[in-house]
Formats: sequence, C-alpha cells, structure tokens
Amino acid sequence: MMISGAEIVIRCLQEEKVDCVFGYPGGSVLHIYDALFRQDQVKHVLVRHEQAAVHAADAYSRSSQKVGVALVTSGPGVTNTVTGIATAYMDSIPMVVITGQVPTAYIGQDAFQECDTVGITRPCVKHNFLVKDVKDLAVTIKKAFHIAATGRPGPVVVDIPKDITAQMCAFDYPKTIQMRSYNPVVKGHLGQIKRALQILQEAKRPIIYAGGGVILSDAAEKLTQLARKLDFPVTNTLMGLGGYPATDKQFVGMLGMHGTFEANNAMHYSDVILAIGARFDDRVIGNPEHFCEEKRRVIHIDIDPSSISKRVKVDVPIVGNVADVLDELLKLMDGNFKTDPEVANWWKQIDEWRGRDSLRYKQDSHIMPQYVIEKLYEVTGGNAFVTSDVGQHQMFAAQYYKFDKPRRWINSGGLGTMGVGLPYGMGVLMANPGAQVACVTGEGSIQMCIQELSTCKQYGLPIKIINLNNGMLGMVRQWQEMFYSKRYSQSYVTSLPDFVKLAEAYGHVGMKIEKPEDVEPALRKAFTEHKDDLVFMDFIIDPVANVFPMVAAGKGLTEMILAEDL
Amino acid sequence: MRHIISILIENESGALSRVAGLFSARGYNIESLTVAPTEDPSLSRMTILTSGSDEVLEQITKQLNKLVDVVKVVDLSEAAHVERELMLIKVRATGKDREEMKRMADIFRGRIIDVTESTFVIELTGASSKLDSFISALDAGLILETVRTGVCGIGRGDRILKV
Ligand SMILES: Cc1ncc(C[n+]2csc(CCOP(=O)(O)OP(=O)(O)O)c2C)c(N)n1
Ligand SMILES: [Mg+2]
Repeated sequence: MMISGAEIVIRCLQEEKVDCVFGYPGGSVLHIYDALFRQDQVKHVLVRHEQAAVHAADAYSRSSQKVGVALVTSGPGVTNTVTGIATAYMDSIPMVVITGQVPTAYIGQDAFQECDTVGITRPCVKHNFLVKDVKDLAVTIKKAFHIAATGRPGPVVVDIPKDITAQMCAFDYPKTIQMRSYNPVVKGHLGQIKRALQILQEAKRPIIYAGGGVILSDAAEKLTQLARKLDFPVTNTLMGLGGYPATDKQFVGMLGMHGTFEANNAMHYSDVILAIGARFDDRVIGNPEHFCEEKRRVIHIDIDPSSISKRVKVDVPIVGNVADVLDELLKLMDGNFKTDPEVANWWKQIDEWRGRDSLRYKQDSHIMPQYVIEKLYEVTGGNAFVTSDVGQHQMFAAQYYKFDKPRRWINSGGLGTMGVGLPYGMGVLMANPGAQVACVTGEGSIQMCIQELSTCKQYGLPIKIINLNNGMLGMVRQWQEMFYSKRYSQSYVTSLPDFVKLAEAYGHVGMKIEKPEDVEPALRKAFTEHKDDLVFMDFIIDPVANVFPMVAAGKGLTEMILAEDL
Repeated sequence: MRHIISILIENESGALSRVAGLFSARGYNIESLTVAPTEDPSLSRMTILTSGSDEVLEQITKQLNKLVDVVKVVDLSEAAHVERELMLIKVRATGKDREEMKRMADIFRGRIIDVTESTFVIELTGASSKLDSFISALDAGLILETVRTGVCGIGRGDRILKV
C-alpha cells in the first residue's frame, strides 16, 4: 500500500513507540501535521516557542530512557530550535528533531522560510540528514533514532522537504540497521579492565568520580554496588547527581567549581581516580596544570574515546558502555578483591574535611535560597523531579537537594542555558505523568521561556515553580562582586513583573513568600492543596546570597573560597 | 609535527563540510585537503595535511572517527608511505627565458602542457618540498600563476586502507 511521506513520518514515530512529540506547526510541515491529526497514537504538545519544544523533548529523554522528539517548521522554526539542540548536544541527550524544509526544487533559491538547516545545526548535532527521496525517508528516520540513542547519545536532525512529505511510497520500517561507518563500542577491553582492577586494589587514597555517563547508561545501581564493594568515596559531577545516592555515607558531594570541600580535596589528593562517564571538564577540575601537580593514576571508563586523555592524561583507558564495563568489573571482583587497609586512614582524612561543613549557612531575617531548597527536599520527601535553570539557584539546588535516584535532576550542565527550567518541567511531566515536579529558577531565567506558562495551562501540567527571586542576575552579580570590584554592570533587574499576577493571568496559582517562616507552609500548600495546579512561588530571597564553596575560574581545586573565609 | 591523515568517508553531500567544520570548530589546522571518490563510488577518500603535537593528533583522529559518516581514519605519516602533490604553474616564456624555462622543467622532470607565444604551463608532480624548490628556483618575476592539489598519499606495501 502506498502512503504519503507525511504518513510515513508518523508511522515511523509509532514504530519507535514515541508517545509524545513537542512541536509547532508551519508551512513546510503542514502535511505532517495533517497526518498527525488523523491518528491518535502519537500525542502532540503544542508549545509557544520552538526552543521550548526542543527543551521539553530533551527533558522527556533525560527523565525517562526514551528518545525525545520535536517537530518544527522550516526557517525560523529551525533557527528557534538551535539553542535547544546545542543544549542537548553538550549533555549528550538522545533526541530526534524533525524539521520541515522548503520543497526540493526551491532549495538554494532563498525561498520563503528557507534556511540551511543541515548547515546551521551541523556543529551542534551528533548527526543530521536532509531527505532527498521519499524512498529513503523511513530508513533515514530509523537511522536517526539508532544514532541518537546508541554510543555516546546526542541529538539528530532530520530535515524533510515539503514535497517529500506529499509523495507516495510503500512503507517498510527496517527492524534493525547496519551502518559500516557507525559501530559504537559497547564492551570494554578485558585486559584493560583487569589492569584497572589491579590498580584499584593498590589504591590508598582512591576516589570514584562519576558523571552523566552513569545516568545515560542507566548504571546507577551498578555504580552503587561497585562503590560498596570497593569502600571508596564517591563524588558526582553536576550531570552525575543522582547517579549515586546523595544520602549514602560514601558520598562526598558534588565536586568542581561549587563542589564541597571534601569532594574537591579528595579528588585533588587522591592517588587513584576511577572516572566513570565523566570528562574532566573545566568546571570540574579547575586549572588542569594545578590539578596535574599531584601524581596519581587515572582509570577512565567512557563510551567516547575522544573524551579520554582530552584534558587529563589517563593511565588506563576503558572505552565502552558504562553499564557493561561496570558489569564486567563486578564480575571480575567477585570474591577476589581486597581494598587496601590504608583506605581506612583516607576515610579519616575525608571525615576531617567533612567536618568543615562547607555548605553551612545562616538563616536569619531574609529567606536564604539554601533554606528554600532544604525545605523543598523535606516537603517532597526527596522524591521530586527537580528541573532548574542556570545561575545561583541552580547551584543551590544541586548542593542542597539530595538526589538519591538517577534522572531526577534535570538541568543544562554543558551549555548552561538559561530558560530551560520551565520547558524541562513540561518534558518531565509528559514522560512521567503524575510525578512531583519542581522547577527551581531565578527571576532572570524564568523570563527566558515564560510563555510556556500558556502551554502548561493547555495541557494541565502542574509544575511547582520555585522562583528564587533575588532581583538580580545573581550568578553574574556574584562574579562582579568577587572579581570586578563590585561594578554591577547590567546584573540588576529592575521593573520585574508581578509574578503572582502573571501566573494568574495565565490561569495558574501565584504565591509570594517573603518571610522565612512562610517558606515551609507555602511549599506544603503547593504540593498538597494545589497538587494539580501549576503554582508559581515567588520567594523573595536575600538579594546578595552567594554560592560557596567556590573555585574561581583558572584556580586549582584546592584553592576554594569558603563562606567562612569571608 | 607534520601529519598526513587519510580518511575514508561516505560519499554523501555535506561530508566535506563535516570534516572541514570539525577542524575549524576545534581549532585544528588544515594545510591542505584533497578529496575524490574511490574505486567504490559510494566512498570518498580525503587526505588532510595537518600539524600539531601528539596529543592534538590523537584528538584529531578520535574526533574524525566520531563523525558518523567517517568509515576509517589513518595517520599515514605514522609509518612508511609515499606522498605526491601535483602543481600546474604558468610562467612567462619569452625571448631567452623560453629556453631557460624548458631547461628548468626538464631538470625537475616537469612537463610543458600548454604553450603560447609568451607563456608555458608546466605540470610538476612530486613531494611538496620538490614543488617548493621548483618555485624558488624560478625567477619570481616570471611566475604568473600557480595551482597545487595539496598532498595525497598512500601507505607502502601491505598497509592498505579499505573497508
Ligand atoms: C541564555 C543565557 N544567557 C546568559 C547566561 C549567563 N548567565 C549565567 S547565570 C546568569 C544569571 C541568572 O540569573 P537568575 O536566573 O536570576 O538566577 P540567579 O543567579 O539570580 O539565581 C546569567 C545571565 C546564560 N547562562 N544563559
Ligand atoms: Mg536572580
């Protein structure tokens, strides 16, 4: 039977078990939207800006194990998605973005709403395709899903000219796909894994440094098993939070620019690092020269060979899928592994560092942002999905919400994109209906995708927006205070909207919270009485609270500024 | 260090821009780049002349391998190989320079492939350094135009790059 290209697109989505796409219609995807209309297997969420469609699809993926899908029109539809695609790319999130294109015959003629989609997105996708023949359509979409989800995951763009969506073709969806140019490694090299085990056995001051790769490969449980057997301290990167239970005693907290005193010191003074799905990025190890002053051996497990020995020389590279490699490690360890007795002394040292209590803060007359997050943690029983934007509030959320489970902490780590928080909440709820979702944001970030309050109304998405309102672009202000002699250039936001009224204008519930004693009752009310409502909670917080500890850009991991120093 | 990277890549539109884009985005340098389909028309072979430290070269090969369209990558200069470059050079050839140009072309085993009353086009192949020497051996004032293909290379003996 012959069906149209547009119907093929939808059939492919059905074959891939996609239950929901996020999108926005326009001229060159009209056929696809028509095919979407004539079925009910694939739901569609109509956003208010294409950037949000991509962020939502991204969070749909981050919070489940599925590939997120976005659908947009050509030209401005595509250019609006670029921030979202780049955000997903930097955090290796599997996603397929289907974009309309002008008809084949018009390509290159500066046609209405034409842009070079493949060219514009090329540097921020794992791969992209322009479909030139309807006969290639199904195979291309199959490849897109395959590429997005395997190896080091990432976003894939499929650009489809309008005429292709009108042409008729038989539909045959391939079950599997073989590509001679794309065969990602899965299993780690056994010899290397054995070498790693030997080194782990000799370690006296070990640390497990685990990143987003643990989450992406669904290896959190295996990591916990491994850490227990080794009795080593574990630190997580910003992207790895939830990959190891934060309430566990072996957890030393997040490391990096705003990491804990104990995590950064343990990382720096370790003699063996077991790096798992992490990439030694500049916000994590600080100045690489300073970092490399200490002699130590590094074992690095990662699916992407180019992440290994990129910034820090690695002694034992293990290329493979984290979950598979951990399996192999656990198998080999079984019954014949002994942790060096000196590790006990290392733990003493770590406990001493812990004693500094580097996340301590004082709650007085102003509401402190840290306090809000701690209360949020209590009120939600630590079980919420927490999305965040970018800024101080993001760091407070990462530091004070103790994530025990993977895929609960949803933020833009690599690109650091303000504006993701609200659409991330939408994606999380579409993938996890009924879940508790808090969006921790700032008055700066929330305004970057505020229009999505309308989408949330349309689809009844009861996100709890925790606006840590300091009336400042706080993270910018913090840097200006510390490194630019308090010249607050453009970091102060005057003429903020009345967020309560704004929320109400969109048909939601708004609350303004100005006193510390009101924080907890307000949160409780939002999560019980207003369980099914979107609640915009505008917390008027200490305008000058800063995030500590802090490793200034270019400084070494142990050159932390602590709150107590000031 | 100078390196010659050979790449087998799917002969798809846009393949060249993926490779070129990778080099510019990551700040690797390209001294020359040549590309054409192989005996199997579904594959192109690209030769890139680049330079950098061992660490940079390791990253270049890893990043190239990561491109979904790339089938194989080798650093030819890691082992025995031969390399050649082709140059076409147009020179002024009048009066006594005519004889001189012919003599120079002979010395360098070049061939004159176009002749007019006042110009020659000389074709020369060889290692890039040989082409450089030819240029510096000529009177700069007589060189009208040059075009070079960039280096292409192949491993010696049993070193074979194929799918
Ligand atoms: C799209 C975008 N533009 C600019 C920045 C730079 N930036 C990082 S944090 C920040 C301030 C964020 O302010 P707000 O959302 O109020 O959060 P706060 O730091 O006050 O908690 C800015 C401007 C960014 N990360 N993303
Ligand atoms: Mg702010």
